[in-house]
Amino acid sequence: MGVVVGKRIPRYDGLQHVTGRTQFVDDVSYPNMLWVKAYRSPVVKGEILNVDVSQAEKTPGVAAVLTAKDVPANQYGFSNDQPVLAEKGVRFKGEAIVAVAAVDEDTAQEAVEKIRVDFKEETPVFDPIEAMKPDTPRVRPEGNLWMFGEVPYRRIRLGDVEKGFKEADVIVEEVYRTQNQDHAQLEGQVSVARLEANGVITINSVSQCPFLHQLQLAGILKVPLNRLKFIGGTVGGGFGSKNDMHADHITSLLALKTGKPVKWRWTREEEFLASTVQGAWIMEYKDGVKKDGRIVARKIRAIRDAGAYGSLNPYVVDKHCFLVCGPYAIPNVWIDGYCVFTNKQVSSSMRGFGITPASFSNEVQMDKIAEAVGKDPWEIRFINAVRDGDITATRKTLESVALIETMKEAAKAAGIQLPDHLMAMSSEKKEV
Amino acid sequence: MKKRGKGIASIFYPTGMSGGGDPSNALIKMKLDGTIDLMVGSIDIGQGCKTVLAQLAAEELGLAMEQVTVINDNTDSCPMDTGTFASRVTHSMGNAVVMAARELRQEILELAAADLKTSPVNLTIENGEVKIKQSPDKKISLADLAGKATFGMGKILAGRGGYVKAPTAKDEETGACNPFATAAYATTIAEVEVDTETGQVEVLQLISVYDVGKAINPMLCEGQIDGGSVMGLGMALMENLNPYYPGIDFQPTSFADYMIPVSKDTGKIIAKIIERPSTTSLYGTKGIGEMTANSEAPAIVNAVYNAIGVRITDLPITPEKIIRGLEEK
Amino acid sequence: MEYALSFSLNGKPVQVAVKANSSLLDVLRNQLFVTSPKKSCDTGDCGACAVLIDGEAVNSCITLALTVEGKKVTTVEGLGEGNQIHPLQQAFHEHYAAQCGFCTPGVILVAKALLDKNPKPTREEVTQAISGNLCRCTGYVKIIDAIMAVAEANK
Repeated sequence: MGVVVGKRIPRYDGLQHVTGRTQFVDDVSYPNMLWVKAYRSPVVKGEILNVDVSQAEKTPGVAAVLTAKDVPANQYGFSNDQPVLAEKGVRFKGEAIVAVAAVDEDTAQEAVEKIRVDFKEETPVFDPIEAMKPDTPRVRPEGNLWMFGEVPYRRIRLGDVEKGFKEADVIVEEVYRTQNQDHAQLEGQVSVARLEANGVITINSVSQCPFLHQLQLAGILKVPLNRLKFIGGTVGGGFGSKNDMHADHITSLLALKTGKPVKWRWTREEEFLASTVQGAWIMEYKDGVKKDGRIVARKIRAIRDAGAYGSLNPYVVDKHCFLVCGPYAIPNVWIDGYCVFTNKQVSSSMRGFGITPASFSNEVQMDKIAEAVGKDPWEIRFINAVRDGDITATRKTLESVALIETMKEAAKAAGIQLPDHLMAMSSEKKEV
Repeated sequence: MKKRGKGIASIFYPTGMSGGGDPSNALIKMKLDGTIDLMVGSIDIGQGCKTVLAQLAAEELGLAMEQVTVINDNTDSCPMDTGTFASRVTHSMGNAVVMAARELRQEILELAAADLKTSPVNLTIENGEVKIKQSPDKKISLADLAGKATFGMGKILAGRGGYVKAPTAKDEETGACNPFATAAYATTIAEVEVDTETGQVEVLQLISVYDVGKAINPMLCEGQIDGGSVMGLGMALMENLNPYYPGIDFQPTSFADYMIPVSKDTGKIIAKIIERPSTTSLYGTKGIGEMTANSEAPAIVNAVYNAIGVRITDLPITPEKIIRGLEEK
Repeated sequence: MEYALSFSLNGKPVQVAVKANSSLLDVLRNQLFVTSPKKSCDTGDCGACAVLIDGEAVNSCITLALTVEGKKVTTVEGLGEGNQIHPLQQAFHEHYAAQCGFCTPGVILVAKALLDKNPKPTREEVTQAISGNLCRCTGYVKIIDAIMAVAEANK
């Protein structure tokens, strides 16, 4: 242990937190600050025929009404496929079409309610399995599947999976599903933007990655990075909810348009209906297992419900596929991971990305395997566990492996007596 | 009838963005009195990176925590960081901070060596003073050194650090790649009680052991496991944005209908840490921020199976699924 | 139309003109610039906006401002004596009960309301008392530890 490192030192900002003096973005306000409310699509999917903001603009106290035509480059996001404000059509219920800045929230909301948008409604697609079929209506013009290079799925291939199934004594199959989840971080999406006299926009941001958002915003506004100063650093919970830019682009555009400081604080309802979420997964497993419990082949088809736009979904699918075999050494692996678009709010990052569902499916499958070969759940994990120098399904060599050590410690903490031959195992070396 | 069961889950999780190419840069400058400004672009979303990064800088430079000022609040003053996600900050930015501190340390030692008429290798920094290891009474304080450097030499005492896991090449046909720097490991044991009449599942206890590589601050590691345990419990038993999936009908719009665990829902949480240092970190660290919410749901599902013989394959576990499962048996 | 409202805020008399439909939370945050009570759900479900009204913990987002006429309102800005922070604040700091810090002021006030009435609660009573405060970071473990540390000191 060091002098400071390894010590149970209280938080650097703990006294600020307990005295309520930590300044979160919503605690920032400026004189003459305007407040934002958004018009969000009441329909799930459709073409936008007309946007009438004339009555909203005439509402006393309204400073500016922002539509797609006010956005210099109306395309952004980690997959560079999202509009800041929808222009031609909408892909999910709650997608923002117009933003209003007014003297207070009530006035902005009153103006939003006077906005009229005409839609030509289209049939939405909700089920990713349906969306994968060729005749299903398209969520996006490019098709309902993300292309990973030349094919619409991420491929992981190791060894010969069919040979592995032939060598196996038992085949264990199951389909696993995980749900859409909200981050439910206590501090919602909120942003304050202010135009300085020298043309710099300062943005009080809840971003978890301000340098990436600075790049995205520079692209939207078509300005160099030194005209955008993100202020933040202390955020009221993230869990991945603040990796996508939700409000900073709108407040910046409205600050430019009005010259006044602008604040947008989402309601909790907007948070649930329109923010990014952890997308649902369907994971189809087929495992080949020897009588002694060793897994010799694994084939998985994994399907990610990506929602309406790309965002971090392709990354999430990659990450899932790289590690969906779990911390086990399996010699023959075949994985196809799909990123499927549906007319839901956008799936993106949430604590654990694509590995949260993988950990679930994988570990329930391990118990199912144990039962199929008549082994104890501990035994099945110990004998398949990765060790130092083992490779993953992508042929990545692992170092400082500690799976077996965590199992031994956990058993000890729970007062479970594991058999001697398991307690004798370690990640450092394999038994002869 | 109420039936109890235990279940386990063992997992791993990569540290840093999968695919690499996610840099972290750090700057440290010394003030006139020997205290330092640590400039990092990492965001503290509650996990405590300001604390951990300050600890690393203080350790390397022989300073107390109170002598470190963390500046992470704006993109003008701070060098680039990719962001606070992918369990990357303690490992990636931690490496950058240690590198920056070591560059500054070397600069300090060279200046002090000239002043004390010795070689830098003979020197150490303790409690804000540079001392000759063999004769610790021969020393100069960092305050004096910083003052001399600034006013006598017009010099800035500063250190830079940068770390990136090199972007991986990827074979599209096989997916072969080296996507991450290191991985952390964990095991959770869940104990549940299932009410076979109502289908209600109560989590009595979650015991988790996490391999963190090296705990820079054990209290903060435990905090991640505590919080992750309860978020994982929420995933297992409660949370669902689309109760009629794949449709979007009756989507929750408030905390009254999107249930997350409250204090009464958690059962007993036990968090333990083990350390198997990573060779990819200057202090052996790994990232556990995200994975702490991954091990509970499968452990709880396995515990439910152990209790009543019903294997839930789609989350969350609702009382309805339990009752239907029991009926089908 | 605005109405005159007088009440005691953290021991000091305040007078403010408020709309009939303004919540106490909005008046505190937007008109009096007391920002420790947080707006998180605005529907009374999360407890991040909790304040004490005559010693009772109340969600200020669903409390009409005009209902506190003549009452004593306390926020964490009003805890502690002079430069000395309240024992609960000290315990929250030492026990790492605050991670992101967003729910923290509300939980501390709910804990204070409990300890003022019941200085020596059991762990179950503490768990029950804070069950209206959502926290997504800590799993409540170290929050309860911190409150129990203060309760133990009372024993």
